[in-house]
Amino acid sequence: MIEEKFDAIVVGAGMAGNAAALTLAQRGLKVLQLERGEYSGSKNVQGAILYADMLEKLIPDFREDAPLERHLVEQRFWMMDDRSHVGLHYRSDDFNEERPNRYTIIRAQFDKWFSSKVREAGATVLCETTVTELAQDAYGRVIGVRTDRHDGEVHADVVVLAEGVNGLLGTRADLRARPRPDNVALAVKEMHFLPRETIEARFNLKGDEGTVIEAAGTISRGMTGMGFIYANKECVSLGIGCLVSDFEKTGETPYGLLERFKRHPSVAPLIEGSEVKEYSAHLIPEGGYKAIPQLYGHGWVVVGDAAQLNNAIHREGSNLAMTSGRIAAEAIFQVKSRRDPMTKENLSLYKKMLDDSFVIKDLKKYKDMPQLMHIQSQNFFLTYPQLVSKAMQNFVRVDGTPKAEKEKTTLRSFVSARSWTGLFGDAFRFARAWR
Amino acid sequence: MHIVVCIKQVPDSAQIRVHPVTNTIMRQGVPTIINPYDLFALEAALELRDKFGGEVTVLTMGPPSAEDSLRKALTFGADRAVLLTDRFFAGADTLATTYALATAVRKIGETYGAPDIIFTGKQTIDGDTAQVGPGIAKRLGLLQLTYVAKIGSLDLAARTIEAERRSEGGVQVLRTRLPCLITMLEATNEIRRGAMIDALRAARAEIVKWSAQDAGVEDIAKCGLRGSPTIVKKVFAPSPRAEKAVLIDFGSRPPAEALIEDIFKRQPKLEAELAALARGF
Repeated sequence: MIEEKFDAIVVGAGMAGNAAALTLAQRGLKVLQLERGEYSGSKNVQGAILYADMLEKLIPDFREDAPLERHLVEQRFWMMDDRSHVGLHYRSDDFNEERPNRYTIIRAQFDKWFSSKVREAGATVLCETTVTELAQDAYGRVIGVRTDRHDGEVHADVVVLAEGVNGLLGTRADLRARPRPDNVALAVKEMHFLPRETIEARFNLKGDEGTVIEAAGTISRGMTGMGFIYANKECVSLGIGCLVSDFEKTGETPYGLLERFKRHPSVAPLIEGSEVKEYSAHLIPEGGYKAIPQLYGHGWVVVGDAAQLNNAIHREGSNLAMTSGRIAAEAIFQVKSRRDPMTKENLSLYKKMLDDSFVIKDLKKYKDMPQLMHIQSQNFFLTYPQLVSKAMQNFVRVDGTPKAEKEKTTLRSFVSARSWTGLFGDAFRFARAWR
Repeated sequence: MHIVVCIKQVPDSAQIRVHPVTNTIMRQGVPTIINPYDLFALEAALELRDKFGGEVTVLTMGPPSAEDSLRKALTFGADRAVLLTDRFFAGADTLATTYALATAVRKIGETYGAPDIIFTGKQTIDGDTAQVGPGIAKRLGLLQLTYVAKIGSLDLAARTIEAERRSEGGVQVLRTRLPCLITMLEATNEIRRGAMIDALRAARAEIVKWSAQDAGVEDIAKCGLRGSPTIVKKVFAPSPRAEKAVLIDFGSRPPAEALIEDIFKRQPKLEAELAALARGF
């Protein structure tokens, strides 16, 4: 065992762990951060989009040296059937601002940079070190961690669990249950490399402008899931994910979905001639508010994906991770500066502060959405996209049919597929869940 | 006992690419690692230290980012790390490299105690010359054992070391006087996983950084590009293979049948040739 004791040990060096370790170190606490990967970012997988506001709260001048890809000026939503997509695009020159709001990033590079800031702030960062279990005293209070290194037990007043979506440590120590298959999505992603000019031409971009496409519809074969296409500087991130329970039920394979998504006539031209250099897969917490586990206890707090903090509707995860990491660190700092012990009661401050933030407020707003999307997945991801696509084609195709008749055909297709009760019920349920 | 291990930070050759137009090696974004052969040298040094006591100093020459490799060496358990870094060292061939490293080893001797053994890997995976180890030995007037597979006995009182050296004809068992320089063969040992205490120490260690002047370099003209008589005449990448992978849609056909059908379609003569062959038997 290591005799030296730390104020806090942060397990994991992803967005949540780095935010927590950075904040703790900035506040002058003696921090040890442990990461199993070769470096921060070596094992971290995300789409990935960075939300500037949440990072500014940690590193105000991050734009000076952070490895950013493109700032987003455009967002596209695609509702897809097998041969078409109905799109909603929002593009604005307002996003070409001095301090852009969102960026595409490559996590391996970004996290390395983020980790260098954690070190500069004074935290001790140890990579290639896996925490195997939490060290607990006779009363079950967490007093530190055990690692896979020789004589690898280290003690601290508090352990910040930023261990990622699987949360093996917390579940092993019975701090929370394992994430349920219907509360996590399995996403697969490829990086398609193309010359910069090609990307800019295909996505209608200039300079460092970027765009993202979020796609849903028949690409998920009736399962609850979404696809995405993000333009980076010299590569396109492309992926698709669906609930693990849906994969289990349907027997579909993630790579099968990805191959089909790539061959879709709306997608194929965007990545034609590209070279795939990376392939990754990751679980994403999708259970929303109702899936959030116990967030604190004697000597521990849990942050980020391990706490299932992810807004599946708005595709926001890394900012919730960063914010929960920062808030947990601030709560720990407050307890510490009052010279209070890191008891469950004192650490409940973290939950209180998180409840007051957008993190819990947003998740609460959509608390019924995950379940609705899951139960109604056949309708929302298969039936409606097909109906809408047909309706749009009917609307734009000029073939001599009187317009009134066209509209009747469209209406009839909706009613025969879902019935009036079904249509109103879906609209009502969706509106209620969104509210 | 004081052991100096010379290591080099190299691009991970498994992930390196050659620029299709300029034919230069694209180092940007390629992860760096400790030259794998050097890890056998480091482990051999650490084992000797653990058995006989003393200290292991790791030395490298490179850009400031080479600090990462030194920190890693400390994580494995080395006691001290010295980074020789200066823009005067840039662009060095093996002659200039051995000049700088030999000078630094002398300085290490003056500062931290004269080394008894200097270890290097047998060669690097980026240069592949296997010249730097012997070059340092020559410049320092040390006895050298190259391509060593195993360290036998070490007698500190008599100041001798015995080692097994692999040569084309077989294995030579050699005994030599200390101080000496040893270059280690691959697969002779396995680098240890550093203990928690070493990892913690490494994460917080100050890496000693020496400029050419700090290291006591007298003739700057012998360093870097200026001191390198080697000229790279041409760099070229082997042309990539023309074959491309093809995705075959089996449809409802059995895979093997579909595959053969497809091959015959692409090679129209093949089916007749195979049939003729079959008849021949």
